[in-house]
Amino acid sequence: MARNTLSSRFRRVDIDEFDENKFVDEQEEAAAAAGEPGPDPSEVDGLLRQYPSPARRPGLPWDMLRAFHAALRNSPVNTKNQAVKERAQGVVLKVLTNFKSSEIEQAVQSLDRNGIDLLMKYIYKGFEKPTENSSAVLLQWHEKALAVGGLGSIIRVLTARKTV
Amino acid sequence: MSLEVNGKDRNAYVWTLKGRTWKPTLVILRINRAARCVRWAPSEKKFAVGSGSRVTSICYFEQENDWWVCKHIKKPIRSTVLSLDWHPNNVLLAAGSCDFKCRIFSAYIKEVEERPAPTPWGSKMPFGELMMFESSSSCGWVHGVCFSANGSRVAWVSHDSTVCLADADKKMAVATLASETLPLLAVTFITENSLVAAGHDCFPVLFTYDSAAGKLNFGGRLDVPKQSSQHGLTARECFQNLDKKESSEGSAAAGAGLDSLHKNSISQTSVLSGGKAKCSQFCTTGMDGGMSIWDVKSLESALKDLKIV
Repeated sequence: MARNTLSSRFRRVDIDEFDENKFVDEQEEAAAAAGEPGPDPSEVDGLLRQYPSPARRPGLPWDMLRAFHAALRNSPVNTKNQAVKERAQGVVLKVLTNFKSSEIEQAVQSLDRNGIDLLMKYIYKGFEKPTENSSAVLLQWHEKALAVGGLGSIIRVLTARKTV
Repeated sequence: MSLEVNGKDRNAYVWTLKGRTWKPTLVILRINRAARCVRWAPSEKKFAVGSGSRVTSICYFEQENDWWVCKHIKKPIRSTVLSLDWHPNNVLLAAGSCDFKCRIFSAYIKEVEERPAPTPWGSKMPFGELMMFESSSSCGWVHGVCFSANGSRVAWVSHDSTVCLADADKKMAVATLASETLPLLAVTFITENSLVAAGHDCFPVLFTYDSAAGKLNFGGRLDVPKQSSQHGLTARECFQNLDKKESSEGSAAAGAGLDSLHKNSISQTSVLSGGKAKCSQFCTTGMDGGMSIWDVKSLESALKDLKIV
């Protein structure tokens, strides 16, 4: 074919596209959540505002941990709505940057296996769009989450079909 | 006495030992992509081949025409079949595939066997029937599947670093364990409640299944490196090491050299003696070309926290 006409356009044909048994990916129907998926920004903001200045309260304030858990609750993994995902990412990033470095480890210890995997997903999502200081903070979180979750948690971020 | 081999040339051969030489017989698989995995059934009258053409071929010997023929299981497999394992009743076949699912099919061939008795996985078993079990998607290619010795449990390992076990006696309840290791590539039962799995981390690990709680637990790493004798490093050697590998000890720092027996991913684990119910020796083979035989009793005595249930 190529010799006859010096054409090699046939090489660009994707033969698998014409296969009638071609694999068509079926994504499950987005679970219609009762409320809007994604953490509630007002609730998280309220908890963050109650975070007192570090000079007055030693140890991890209970509110910071609650803000952390609230931010990770109700994550938008089942929806395809990009706006919802962006908003959730913003909320989580705000909480993560507000943590003091010494308290990160404690927060990570308070999560269960699924929580660690979810946190890893948010961390990697945050790496995708770096801002001024975000990468440094995220790297600290990454180090602590890796110590608990191991390489398996990173593998699950890479293979997960439902992204956060 | 026969061997079966298959390959990327889309063919399979059955090798029979005649006297002292092995003679191959071609098996026409009718697939248009590479064959990926093959397993003889326990009765050795048929075997199954998983391939990239999204079918599993079940091949059996037809006496009248003196050749091997095959039947295909197609639906609902949607991607390459990576791993296969037979149920001890010779009829049920577990298939792990790149469409993220582990399924159990019936591979009942009426020409070579009797009608099977009902099992906890289902009672009607026409050929190619998907039994009640199809795993809900974990998110990774299913690299290895294994039935337990009595066939009531099936375990699989997947590319998202998880190990799962489905228990037919508990209405197919699935126990999943998200592991901290790199993805595992092969899994086998060594007792009814214990699994040995291995993969990209280059060492085998033990998992135990607690059927009362319905949970899988990590039992421990089976390849514990001996502490290498530390000869005193002279200052010159320290600098040389730093220069070469950016680390001040040459050993066991991450990436500076593996401290496991296998130096590359382990691709297969098989039970050598004792069967899947009471394995006493198992073997691992890896991409480093090495084959290691592990003795269960020695492991149990050497690793004191190891509990094989």
